[in-house]
Amino acid sequence: MRIELTVNGARHEADDVWEGESLLYALRERLGLPGSKNACEQGECGSCTVYLDGVPVCSCLVAAGQAQGREVTTVEGLADDDGLDPVQRAFVECGAVQCGFCTPGFLVSTHDLLARNPSPSDPEIREALAGNLCRCTGYEKILDAVRMAAQS
Amino acid sequence: MDFLAPSTWAEALAAKAERPDALPVAGGTDVMVEMNFDHRRPGALLDLTRVSDLREWALVDGRVRLGAGVTYARIIDELGATLPGLAMAARTVGSPQIRNRGTVGGNLGAASPAGDSHPALLAADAVVEISSAARGTRLVPVADFYTGVKRNALEPDELIAAILIAPPAGPQQFCKIGTRNAMVIAVSAFGFALHTDRRSVGTGIGSAAPTPRRATDAAAFLAGELEAGGLWESRGALPEGLAVEFGRKVRDAAAPIDDVRGTAAYRLHTLSVMARRAATWAWDEHRRAA
Ligand SMILES: Cc1cc2nc3c(=O)[nH]c(=O)nc-3n(C[C@H](O)[C@H](O)[C@H](O)COP(=O)(O)OP(=O)(O)OC[C@H]3O[C@@H](n4cnc5c(N)ncnc54)[C@H](O)[C@@H]3O)c2cc1C
Ligand code: FES
Ligand code: FES
Repeated sequence: MRIELTVNGARHEADDVWEGESLLYALRERLGLPGSKNACEQGECGSCTVYLDGVPVCSCLVAAGQAQGREVTTVEGLADDDGLDPVQRAFVECGAVQCGFCTPGFLVSTHDLLARNPSPSDPEIREALAGNLCRCTGYEKILDAVRMAAQS
Repeated sequence: MDFLAPSTWAEALAAKAERPDALPVAGGTDVMVEMNFDHRRPGALLDLTRVSDLREWALVDGRVRLGAGVTYARIIDELGATLPGLAMAARTVGSPQIRNRGTVGGNLGAASPAGDSHPALLAADAVVEISSAARGTRLVPVADFYTGVKRNALEPDELIAAILIAPPAGPQQFCKIGTRNAMVIAVSAFGFALHTDRRSVGTGIGSAAPTPRRATDAAAFLAGELEAGGLWESRGALPEGLAVEFGRKVRDAAAPIDDVRGTAAYRLHTLSVMARRAATWAWDEHRRAA
């Protein structure tokens, strides 16, 4: 089937989408947007987190057809012409990125947290990031990055 | 495989009648895992996310009519005070991303004994509103909805429209045991409601029997002891040992198995502890509200 959707502000179309495929697969393999990562395909790791109509979701658990006509923002859409988003800058500066596989998901989840709650407490940060797993950093630098982004 | 995307409830029911092989998909947090891992290949997916009726809730005849497609995140934000037991359960589901998509309709559709909304719905005497194009609407008390392991009362042409839940007359509690705080399927869970208006007690056991179920004898025992002691009127302290005995009776209502998440013995033990605590917390809240 064919789907049309808005990704990072631009209209996109994809043909020959399989009816059972995920939005994650469509983004990565059909729309050339490999920023969202596929690590578990079962909603556990959060590395595929994107905004769907403004709400963070695991794109591996959204059927591509469910995104028809909807608005998606991926990690590729966080930076603008002025450069990286403050959340992205904070992750770089704090050393919150090691292998980087989890990073796109953490960036989207953090971006959403700070949009809703500009100065979160530590427990609020932990709760907001509970759906994102990182097997490299031990999370401390990620928490530092979120605190730094909240201050910027 | 086909992808059916009705935009109205009538179209959705017509599609399900015409294609009983179509698998409804709401938040997709159960369905898409099965698709991604090749565990399921239905003839069609029936996307319910475009049916706006399913995403609404309203007070109807004194009850909350919760559309099957209302997400956990919205139950927490919008119904925390109105449906406290269900909202407590919703807060324990998965992660923010899962709560942003997952729905009570999907939890009922999946009918896993470990689904977190079930103990809360059982304790609150919820009713499932089911519809089909051919036969219209029928109401099924939630206790009759679960028919076996991951099986429910839906016919092939039926969809869940809504869940009807009376706002609480008294305190409600929800307890869940897991290996950590976030992202856990319950090892065991317990829902509790004090129906102070009817002087009865609601219970729901999760993850400790082939289906979610009530602890009917335990509930009758506790309500009877409260009655016998005149406690419904006096709101006096619970007599020594009453909550413990209630916990034992809840445990006796369960029929758990050993599995990767925990042993049957651990499940029985945790249930007795959760039931004791839930009853004590709820009764204390009731007393404070006097
Ligand atoms: C990482 C992860 C963590 C999770 N953690 C928890 C947890 O802590 N607690 C918990 O209870 N669950 C958990 N789940 C399971 C899942 O999120 C819940 O069962 C959720 O309620 C499913 O809702 P959904 O809208 O996503 O359902 P879907 O996946 O869309 O559907 C589930 C089932 O219900 C059917 N269905 C959906 N809507 C209807 C309807 N209106 N009428 C008829 N049938 C319908 C579908 O056909 C399917 O069989 C988790 C899942 C994941 C991936
Ligand atoms: S790939 Fe989607 S949550 Fe892991
Ligand atoms: S940086 Fe490697 S998984 Fe997080």
